[in-house]
Amino acid sequence: MRHDISILIIGLLVVLTTASIVAAILSARAPKPLSSTLINLTQRINAWWVMVALMTVAFFFGRYGLTILFALISFASLREFVTLTHTRRSDHWVLLGMFGIIIPFQYWLVWTAWYGLFVIFIPVYCFLLMPAITALHGDTERFLERIAAQQWAVMISVYCVSHVPALLTLDVPGFEGRNLLLIAFLIIVVQGSDVLQYIFGKLFGKHRFSPTVSPSKTWEGLIGGLVSASLLGALLSFVTPFSPLQAACVAFVACSMGFLGGLVASAIKRDQGVKDWGHLIEGHGGMMDRTDSLVFAAPIFFHIVRYFWTV
Amino acid sequence: MSKLALKTFTLLQTVTSVGLSALAWVVTGVRPIWNGSMPSDRQRIYFANHTSHGDFILLSACLSEKERAITHAVAAGEYWGKSRLRRFIAEDMLSSVLINRQWTKPEENPIEIMLSVLDQGHSLILFPEGTRNMTEEPLLPFRSGLYNLSMARPEVELIPCWIENMSRVLPKGQFLPVPLLCRVVFGAPVTVAPGEERRAFLDRAHATLLALNPRPERDD
Repeated sequence: MRHDISILIIGLLVVLTTASIVAAILSARAPKPLSSTLINLTQRINAWWVMVALMTVAFFFGRYGLTILFALISFASLREFVTLTHTRRSDHWVLLGMFGIIIPFQYWLVWTAWYGLFVIFIPVYCFLLMPAITALHGDTERFLERIAAQQWAVMISVYCVSHVPALLTLDVPGFEGRNLLLIAFLIIVVQGSDVLQYIFGKLFGKHRFSPTVSPSKTWEGLIGGLVSASLLGALLSFVTPFSPLQAACVAFVACSMGFLGGLVASAIKRDQGVKDWGHLIEGHGGMMDRTDSLVFAAPIFFHIVRYFWTV
Repeated sequence: MSKLALKTFTLLQTVTSVGLSALAWVVTGVRPIWNGSMPSDRQRIYFANHTSHGDFILLSACLSEKERAITHAVAAGEYWGKSRLRRFIAEDMLSSVLINRQWTKPEENPIEIMLSVLDQGHSLILFPEGTRNMTEEPLLPFRSGLYNLSMARPEVELIPCWIENMSRVLPKGQFLPVPLLCRVVFGAPVTVAPGEERRAFLDRAHATLLALNPRPERDD
């Protein structure tokens, strides 16, 4: 396992170092003052360094590290989501429960691998109890809108995100003790697809995919990104229980979901009249701006592995 | 006070201020937006909207360690001076300046107390609404302290600061904060124009502060 992880980490370091060198050369040659695109590029690469460093540390601590890291990611995403939505004073206890009960309990379920409750705790119990609490408070103004926003906030930021560390609880025959690599595979492929879509879009993008939701997404970017990310998945099959062809297919499905996640996140931001989810990461906006695609891909990837590769 | 006690006190204040700023960041991810003014060593009066006990912690978390050490929040004496514990928290741990809004004795004159702090070269955080705003209005009318201080010490900069979201983080009557993102928008300095009337200036300062709200429709 250590051997596989080392190869992945060295690979990432090579990619990031190359990116930093290219950005430095571009910045040195470009006329001063630097254009905002170049400054943003450097900021993004630096943020990637920080994210890869954090991820490496979490991997080093194994199950503890990853469960805690993703619980913190849920916290930051939920905070961004709720900040954007309409709330009233009477929502205070429901909101406190989302941060103080739902996040810890959902990650405790991940930790104890209690699959039966893990999959229904939020979409059944929380979805019924949250509106009940609000109704008991007696404040019905914009009731459905407030409830829907809160339910979607926990669905996306907690339920979906928690499926990433939940990959550690799957029993894949012949893959024992290497589940960390499933997480590495998912993150590298989905985040890689984001970057590749961006690059293909910048290079060849002509036909807009959805001008009303996200003007920067193009058909060329989407197809180029998905095909190259599937190839990347096939190349990484040596760290997974999948054959190269299977890895390419799984990567394709995960990245397609990732693309849709980005689209949904853009639609929510547009609806709320903001450009970024938050200001956590320099040059990247908030946590949700980075994780929107991973969030949609994670539960689907989890279920594909669970249904086809576990006993 | 003995030297040791003084040292313990300074240490206590530093620990409290660093600790509270870190806590404010963990809960609200607070970030300053310098929109018209920049961080500076100059002596200042930061004036802000007031909806929560956490307001001045959020504002001072946006200042540098050095500025924070010489910046004092002005707090209500009749509330924070009520018991020894409250006075200890307000004066010794948070280094606030307590003023009495219903003062009777001349030595309790709030303006004199605030001026004496300014004369030590320190800065102030002032909530010119005079109380926490619990109404539906985004900002209550200003009391006249801001005008009086500026007339007496015209060299001190008056910086308007809009504190966003604190009313949702810690609403009236609650003691557990909901972690929501907060920002503090620092605007351009306001000065009393030559010959400007008290009320005209206060209304102008009020409007300047209100205009800093980055999401005016969302204050609910």
